[in-house]
Amino acid sequence: MTKQECEQSTYQRKNCENNANLRNWTIAWVITMAIAAFAPRFVWDYNTAFSVIAILVNLVIGFRMLVANRVHLKGLDEMQQKILLDAMALSLGVGLVVGLSYELLEDIKLITFQPEIAHVVIVMGLTYLVAVLLGHRKYQ
Amino acid sequence: MKNRLKVLRAERDWTQAQLANALDVSRQTINAIEKGKFDPSLPLAFKAARLFSLSIEDIFQDEVETV
Repeated sequence: MTKQECEQSTYQRKNCENNANLRNWTIAWVITMAIAAFAPRFVWDYNTAFSVIAILVNLVIGFRMLVANRVHLKGLDEMQQKILLDAMALSLGVGLVVGLSYELLEDIKLITFQPEIAHVVIVMGLTYLVAVLLGHRKYQ
Repeated sequence: MKNRLKVLRAERDWTQAQLANALDVSRQTINAIEKGKFDPSLPLAFKAARLFSLSIEDIFQDEVETV
């Protein structure tokens, strides 16, 4: 949403601020996640103290991102909240079912590689995206 | 649930965006309510009633037929 659109109404202005806040915390979380994942190998040669600090910072920023997401959700109107909460419920359910089945594939030797949590996160993200789009379409 | 939101809005020559602004919701939500695709909560229905100086029943009607 552009700055001009943000100035249209109280509702839109509030949502623009909440969106920007959530975006900033999400970017910060991704950056700290990248630092925690790659810096031990490429920057500080697996120094335990630095790695623990990096993980703690990542956790703190992650929780702050969750708070920003909560503020963002509470700032939406009731229909927008319903669309997002329905999408979250669906992605959680799909993540649980697909995640457990995926993990089972290795246990029963149907796949040879180790299941990665990132694959489940991708499935949940795509499910959430599709569910939000369908939710908006439903109420159009 | 049926409603007269579109008629009441037209009588006052308001756009969906203006009504959305007055009720502190998105324009998409006003559109969905007018089309009967989304039923508003009681607080939002009261807010609309106050805005139009009408009772909730004057704006929203249950679609279940009474015998």
